[in-house]
Amino acid sequence: MTEASVPAPAATSQTGSSRVKRGLAEMLKGGVIMDVVTAEQARIAEDAGAVAVMALERVPADIRAQGGVARMSDPDLIEAIIAEVSIPVMAKARIGHFVEAQVLQALDVDYIDESEVLSPADYVNHIDKWAFNTPFVCGATNLGEALRRINEGAAMIRSKGEAGTGDVSEATKHIRKITSEINALKSMTRDELYVAAKELQAPYELVLEVAETGKLPVVLFTAGGVATPADAAMMMQLGADGVFVGSGIFKSGNPEARAAAVVKATTFYDDPSVIAEVSRGLGEAMVGINVGDLAAPHRLAERGW
Amino acid sequence: MTTLRTESLDAGAAASAGPRVGVLALQGDFREHAHVLTKLGASVSLVRRPAELDAIEGLVIPGGESTVMDKLSRAYGLAEPLKAAITAGLPVYGTCAGLIMLADSVLDAIAGQQSLGGLDVVVRRNAFGSQNQSFETDLDVPALGDAPVHAVFIRGPVVESVGPSATALATISDGRVVAVEQGNLLGTSFHPEINGEYRFHKYFLAKVRAAATTA
Repeated sequence: MTEASVPAPAATSQTGSSRVKRGLAEMLKGGVIMDVVTAEQARIAEDAGAVAVMALERVPADIRAQGGVARMSDPDLIEAIIAEVSIPVMAKARIGHFVEAQVLQALDVDYIDESEVLSPADYVNHIDKWAFNTPFVCGATNLGEALRRINEGAAMIRSKGEAGTGDVSEATKHIRKITSEINALKSMTRDELYVAAKELQAPYELVLEVAETGKLPVVLFTAGGVATPADAAMMMQLGADGVFVGSGIFKSGNPEARAAAVVKATTFYDDPSVIAEVSRGLGEAMVGINVGDLAAPHRLAERGW
Repeated sequence: MTTLRTESLDAGAAASAGPRVGVLALQGDFREHAHVLTKLGASVSLVRRPAELDAIEGLVIPGGESTVMDKLSRAYGLAEPLKAAITAGLPVYGTCAGLIMLADSVLDAIAGQQSLGGLDVVVRRNAFGSQNQSFETDLDVPALGDAPVHAVFIRGPVVESVGPSATALATISDGRVVAVEQGNLLGTSFHPEINGEYRFHKYFLAKVRAAATTA
């Protein structure tokens, strides 16, 4: 927040409504949200055309490599990133760790990611996200999980993929799963929707809304394994509203060029000639890990329920 | 093989006999604008390339991230033809980031950020602060009639000063200007496209129709 920014008078305005929370995600559509661990990286991301940055202590590839418990970032780091850029700043809290979320709200971040990339703090409950003024984004591997998060107050969903791998196959699987389950609901009769709600383990009202509108009630991005411009464009062609790129940019050989290329490929996702042009000469992509080589306990997408 | 999904609108958007309105589709909530304009009878197309400006009689610049729209519009050769079209009188409506793009002067821009200009105003980005200060409120907009406009501000800008060529259309309760017009240009700090408020788009389409008649 700059010194010249002044909030609207509270007596005549309302903050923190669903419309306002979901509205920010609407404005991010067609854009790329980049993981950053320093203010310098945040500057590179903004200069390359990121619509927002995700502040975290270690990118997922390093969390994987180093192991241990991954937690919310140091507030100093988050504040340094907020001070560095003018685009929205998001930050991650552990699943169920409502106090980390309280801290992030107090730090005035623009979005909180209740994220499986960090070590879960509660293996039963997610955060009651309605209790916060700051909006939340949550991961999902399927429609039922997405609707449970929305029922808890999430204002944006990202398909999980498998963070920190550079392997896009899980991102593909999850966005395809969510969109195909939405399509299935659209053709169901009302009596079938009751059963669908039971099978999806999601509230009937949300299932009915998806069936009637043909989309989630909130914006849907993809995440987890996107490493190239073509990966980002594929996610968009598969129906994503936008893309999160984590380790893929700052674990590559030329982060500035790769970040700008992914932004262009996300806007012109349906134009292979643009994707070809921006894919040239980007240097080394992140090395990557095949998801199939990961032992099940190391698969982050299985965190959250 | 053709691409799996292309950036196209629902059938019907372009089939109308109404005014031909483009929506800048580099990033942001352009589909919401396209939906409102289609409902109001416009023949809507998405604009990402210079050639797509040729056939339109009006343009909407949506909400989104102004730094991204600026970068992409210059990288793909849209900025210069857009400036020329604005100078030549093309009606343009900008919401939030779109208002920033239309402003002659932008405060709290990032290094190197440019706007298209056209509106004789000074606009400040993120004027209310972070997302925690984003809000909704009712506004009096005399140009649109007596009923208040419900307005949603998402990390929105404000108009810090209105030059002699531009006119303020609405202020929030502390007096800051959040809607302006100047000839064929219209700009709002807020997002009528996301809460079913159609009057600004109707007001804009009247400008488009009038400009098409005199052209």
